[in-house]
Amino acid sequence: MYFRIRAASLSLVIFLCFLFAWHVLTADRRVAADSRTLSPGERSQLLENGMPESDAIGYAQKGLTYEQILQISELGLSLEDIDGAGGIEAFGFTTGGAAEEARTGFPSPALVWEEAYEQIRHPFYDKGPNDKGIGIQLKYSLLRVGAGFFLAVLIAVPVGFLVGMSPLVNLALAPFIQILKPISPLAWLPVALYVIKDAEQASIFVILVCSVWPMLINTAFGVASVKRDYINIAKTLELSPMQTALQVILPAAAPTIFTGMRISIGIAWLVIVAAEMVIGGIGMGYFVWNEWNGLNLASMIFAIFVIGFVGLLLDFLIGQLIRFSDYKE
Amino acid sequence: MEYYVRTELLGKAFPSEKKGGDDYVVFEDLNVGIRKGEFVTCIGHSGCGKSTVLNVFAGLEKATAGASFLGNRVIESPGLDRAVVFQNHSLLPWRSALKNVEFAVKARWPQWSAAEVETHSRKFLSLVGLDKSVDRKPYQLSGGMRQRVGIARAFAIKSELLLMDEPFGALDALTRGVIQDELVRIWSHTDQTVFMITHDVDEAILLSDRILLMTNGPRARVAEAVVVDLPRPRNRATIIHEPKYYATRNHLVDFLVRRSQELSDDQAGSDARTVPTSVDGELVYPPEIIPGESESANLTAAMAAQC
Repeated sequence: MYFRIRAASLSLVIFLCFLFAWHVLTADRRVAADSRTLSPGERSQLLENGMPESDAIGYAQKGLTYEQILQISELGLSLEDIDGAGGIEAFGFTTGGAAEEARTGFPSPALVWEEAYEQIRHPFYDKGPNDKGIGIQLKYSLLRVGAGFFLAVLIAVPVGFLVGMSPLVNLALAPFIQILKPISPLAWLPVALYVIKDAEQASIFVILVCSVWPMLINTAFGVASVKRDYINIAKTLELSPMQTALQVILPAAAPTIFTGMRISIGIAWLVIVAAEMVIGGIGMGYFVWNEWNGLNLASMIFAIFVIGFVGLLLDFLIGQLIRFSDYKE
Repeated sequence: MEYYVRTELLGKAFPSEKKGGDDYVVFEDLNVGIRKGEFVTCIGHSGCGKSTVLNVFAGLEKATAGASFLGNRVIESPGLDRAVVFQNHSLLPWRSALKNVEFAVKARWPQWSAAEVETHSRKFLSLVGLDKSVDRKPYQLSGGMRQRVGIARAFAIKSELLLMDEPFGALDALTRGVIQDELVRIWSHTDQTVFMITHDVDEAILLSDRILLMTNGPRARVAEAVVVDLPRPRNRATIIHEPKYYATRNHLVDFLVRRSQELSDDQAGSDARTVPTSVDGELVYPPEIIPGESESANLTAAMAAQC
């Protein structure tokens, strides 16, 4: 327990270091943008137009860009005149030009947090096809992964059982498995789109294809390495093949099978993001890509964190299944 | 045929790994007989094929020649009429002690209700002294306790033949002694026929009605069946005071240390000295020897065994 607390403290320290570094790196960017507002060349140009240097710096600090200050200097007004008339806003200038420039740089942790807070407060808002809440995006991604994964279980576990129990089937299927396994699931996407002609089903197919292999191979391995003794017990008790499979082999191989599922769900979650970037429409992958296209970097980074957390959660759920089914010899 | 469980001219050979080489013959023309209700152990050096004989009885291994019988039935596959206690206990590790026994009981009597199955299973677990540990998983039990569960499971299905392959081989001497006593006690309350394999001479004397002595392989055979002429009930503490105990023990040790090899050499060297396995179509079973009796008495016994 004490060891765990120490590990957690260390994790926290690493996280704080990360946040601090992120903060420093992104905050520097804004300061740099401010001081870049007036270069020595720009300052001398303004002096030439009859603007005192103190005024020029004052405008810059108010957040005006060089172009705006140049316009003011061409008007021939002093800072006092402008303040007396109600500030530069009264003349139609918008301040914050420099700050705006900083915002298009990498967002600071605080900015991402603000964005995250907004998104979490309204996860299910729906303002048209290109502007939906993160909850809706997540729901679609999870549904696709769930459907593809479930279909993969239906195929991989029985076939894995066959492969594991029959050396003949094992040898016969080996070439197919070995060739199909290394194919990137995304390579199937065009094939699926052409054959199925439906983006939704194509993405589910891609998840099915990518999650089937680790499950199949682990199931086969788990079934094949069930101790001979356990099978012998089943034989001496005259259990039917079905009873042997369900009451002896399945519980014996369950931890290995679930480990295969754990690998599969991880891969499925990796692949769905990539597949949705390609397919578009809706989903976490599409969301990230759409936010990037709209340069909403804070929102994009928030989405990336969400992907990470959901992946962790999926892994944890299957991990619980492994724990539940595991046994000590 | 007086033998209830028996092999007839049983043979086991493994094909040579070299092409055209001679098969490796573990044993051939082996006649092993066990009477109904008898406790028979089999002693022999490693590699003589005694585990193979047991597995053939269990139906888990196929012989390459001959046949084995349980009553009038040929043994071809494993079945509920035979229970096996394996050396490494072979409990299902994800089930508790009780659930392991229930697993077998349910398979034996599928028509029983859950309550009946549980009561029956608990009864046999308490026979081996495990009343308080029934809900523990095998990994939470000591080696001795696991083997007890294995024994409870085997007795619980009330099979016709109980097969035990070095059931105490993996246990320490103290635990082994305690469980041997338990086994004697439980067995004496049943009319179970038992065939057991062991390396332990004292264990064999304590438990057996007869002890089959196997010569060394390859081409091992049962040289003789030693009758343990000691009164029952037996227990470890008092059995050593029986007059015939040391005669029996010395006979067994002498066989294991010296004669098992000599007889094996004899057989390999000259076929003339081979004991016939069948005479005029009648199978010849190993002669029965009572250590400490005169030579002629043993001869009579041997003659009697051949009928």
